[in-house]
Amino acid sequence: MKNPLDSLWGTVLCGLALTAVLYYLVRTLVGG
Amino acid sequence: MEILHYGIGRWVHIMAGVMWVGLLYYFNFVQAAAMKDAQADGTAAGIAKHVAPRALLFFRWAAVVTWLAGMALLGAKAGDAFLFRDRAYIPIGVGAWLGTIMFFNVWAIIWPNQKKILGLVPASEDEKARARRVAFLASRLNVVLSMPMLFFMTASGGIFRRAVFGG
Repeated sequence: MKNPLDSLWGTVLCGLALTAVLYYLVRTLVGG
Repeated sequence: MEILHYGIGRWVHIMAGVMWVGLLYYFNFVQAAAMKDAQADGTAAGIAKHVAPRALLFFRWAAVVTWLAGMALLGAKAGDAFLFRDRAYIPIGVGAWLGTIMFFNVWAIIWPNQKKILGLVPASEDEKARARRVAFLASRLNVVLSMPMLFFMTASGGIFRRAVFGG
């Protein structure tokens, strides 16, 4: 499997996905 | 003192952060691709000799100023943020953790490997090739981490925090 960090698009998509995951996690913890 | 702490401190934190992340994006979005093309037509030496060392100098020291100013801004609340002890500090705590991991990547992984690549410390060709790969992946990982880091940094203050995260 190709490493997504080898391409800029893969890197940006990983960043967006991590942002979304952390956002929902934190929103749940903060109680929104 | 509040103007120093929150006004000047935040200003310095953001200015240094713009330089740090700006150079990180320069390395990943501009220099990496330019270097590949320059190696193909034999003009890479100029970038490696004159551009990369200067960019790395400002990059790594901007990281220090950003991190120190961030810690100063958190002040006595640093423990609440990093240990997620106070719900209101969870968003900035996540941002602070991401920034700290990025800071560690710069000084413990990217810079030691860049020193081998640039010939500032002795390294065989095999070691240089490995250093290039490790520094590249650590730098790309920092681009990934910078995205949620910037989200949590900008969404963590006062009315923004309540609007974005509720609570």
